[in-house]
Amino acid sequence: MLQALTAPRTRKLWLLLGYAAAAAALFSAPLYLSDFRLNLLAKFLAFAIVALGLDLIWGYTGILSLGHGVFFGLGAYAMGMHLKLAAAGGRLPDFMDWSGVTKLPWFWAPFESFGVAVLLGILIPAALALFLGFFTFRNRIRGVYFTILTQALVIITVTLFIGQQAYTGGTNGLTGFTKLFGQGLKTDGMKTGLYLATVIVLIGAFVLCRYLVKSRFGKVLRAIRDGENRVRFLGFDPAMYQMAAFAISAALAGIAGMLFVLHVGIISPSMMAIVPSIEMILWVAIGGRGALVGAVIGAVALNYAKSSLSESYPEIWTFFLGGLFIVATVFLPGGIVGLAKQIGPLFRRKEAVHDQALNPVLRESNRSV
Amino acid sequence: MTKPSILSCEKVTVAFDGFKAVQGMDLALQPGELRFLIGPNGAGKTTMLDVVCGKVKPVSGKVTFHAKSGSIDITKRKEHKIAELGIGRKFQTPSIFAGLTVEENLEIAMSQNRGVWAALRTTAMKKAERERIDAELSLIGLGDQRALRAGRLSHGQKQWLEIGMMLLQEPEILLLDEPVAGMTDKETEKTGELLQEIVRKRTVVVVEHDMAFVRNFASKVTVMHEGKLLKEGTMDEVQRDDRVAEVYLGRRRDVDAVG
Repeated sequence: MLQALTAPRTRKLWLLLGYAAAAAALFSAPLYLSDFRLNLLAKFLAFAIVALGLDLIWGYTGILSLGHGVFFGLGAYAMGMHLKLAAAGGRLPDFMDWSGVTKLPWFWAPFESFGVAVLLGILIPAALALFLGFFTFRNRIRGVYFTILTQALVIITVTLFIGQQAYTGGTNGLTGFTKLFGQGLKTDGMKTGLYLATVIVLIGAFVLCRYLVKSRFGKVLRAIRDGENRVRFLGFDPAMYQMAAFAISAALAGIAGMLFVLHVGIISPSMMAIVPSIEMILWVAIGGRGALVGAVIGAVALNYAKSSLSESYPEIWTFFLGGLFIVATVFLPGGIVGLAKQIGPLFRRKEAVHDQALNPVLRESNRSV
Repeated sequence: MTKPSILSCEKVTVAFDGFKAVQGMDLALQPGELRFLIGPNGAGKTTMLDVVCGKVKPVSGKVTFHAKSGSIDITKRKEHKIAELGIGRKFQTPSIFAGLTVEENLEIAMSQNRGVWAALRTTAMKKAERERIDAELSLIGLGDQRALRAGRLSHGQKQWLEIGMMLLQEPEILLLDEPVAGMTDKETEKTGELLQEIVRKRTVVVVEHDMAFVRNFASKVTVMHEGKLLKEGTMDEVQRDDRVAEVYLGRRRDVDAVG
């Protein structure tokens, strides 16, 4: 019976069943969740897409980015600009009027089209990541120095967005959206549609990331995490791989930002600042880095905890988050998924656990991440 | 020099913060040669390997790789380009990828298109690739450990895995830094056999301290001392040389006598 349960093929089947059940639960959520809860879940799932991208660059490649708020924000602003133009209906967006702008700035014009806005919401974060990666990874700036640079990127971007009030809406950001595709943004049908679109995009992002980490590309990424120099002496250029992973990760954050704006109806510089950027890392750390499911679970679980805690005790949340991070770092280096992998074998036959060095299947399931 | 060399280092000088680790060193390798690089600690042996694989750039001197496609100045290339050209390097400490399985380590090391696009498109191994890896696994004797994370291997197994990785990389010139350091006698013996296998097909430079191990191979020995070439010749010639005895073998005898 043990053999049957843990044989690779059976394990695969269970995994597949688990994924199918999760997808079914997500797709049917509009049937059993209130509008308010559904909207919250939609937001969490958008965050899960950021977490997937972060796991790719941090969990698999070993590069810690504390600047993903920027990529998320750029995507969000791209969508926000489109929605703002749609709400203005051919006139200037309201905040531009207040700032004395008389003509729509040239860089706003392309966002009139939904398709172009979506494209730019993906390409701009990816291009910025490539740009930053080009100057850092190629010059072998890594570890904590790279992380500090990503924080600098956050400060620069936030300062820029606040300072250019006439073009970005300043501290208030962009809000007051009304329409998408000519339909009301607040209607039930639209909300359900946007929720389902988010589920589909999340599944797509998950499948993409899974493909990436299973491909030879993903193996090279993990090899870079273990020994960047060794990879170099095998004839690979680690900088190219790091740039590619960073750009894909940024593009996913941009996509998440676009969905976020559609669900929440506002984007402001504070949502792409330092604290949100660090929170994004916590989702992955607590969910379990180096495991894609962990990133999704971490993002949803932490944001669920955040919204329920801050509903009743808003002042406690940050303490809770800090405490949780310490606990996770000290006791759960593998996060929630790592914990599950540690506990799992305890329920199996005792000798099987002792046997793990010889039993390839148990070894697989025991693998620390 | 009768045959054209595959690699020639001329008057190579390397300085670290003013300290000259290598001073005007010459080294020429014939295709298919097995060359041992010996010398006391701090003689600059490892630094010479670093120069050839591009890890360290010399302040002066020329390093030319005479590849099939033409002569290439190594000092102007980046490390990954040099590796791609066909110069492989094994470092002193086993540097395998601990988080990857034994098989995945070999898959990454295998000579292949190493661009990002090619890696993105590759999901499963081709039949020919699988066969190469299977053959390598049986050669290095790690067939049973193929699905094991490489971090869990013993010290000796890690060294063999790395040698296997080097073989699959198929370099024209292979640079090995103390391949038997820290090994048991039995492991050393097996490594010696693997080396014989490696040497059959390519040019190899080995930095080694273990004189008994070096004597197993009838090949040319280059002795370095204080960053310079001291003597080049067969093991017998080197051992008969007075200067070598003084700086290296002599000192070694003293150490042996004390120990």
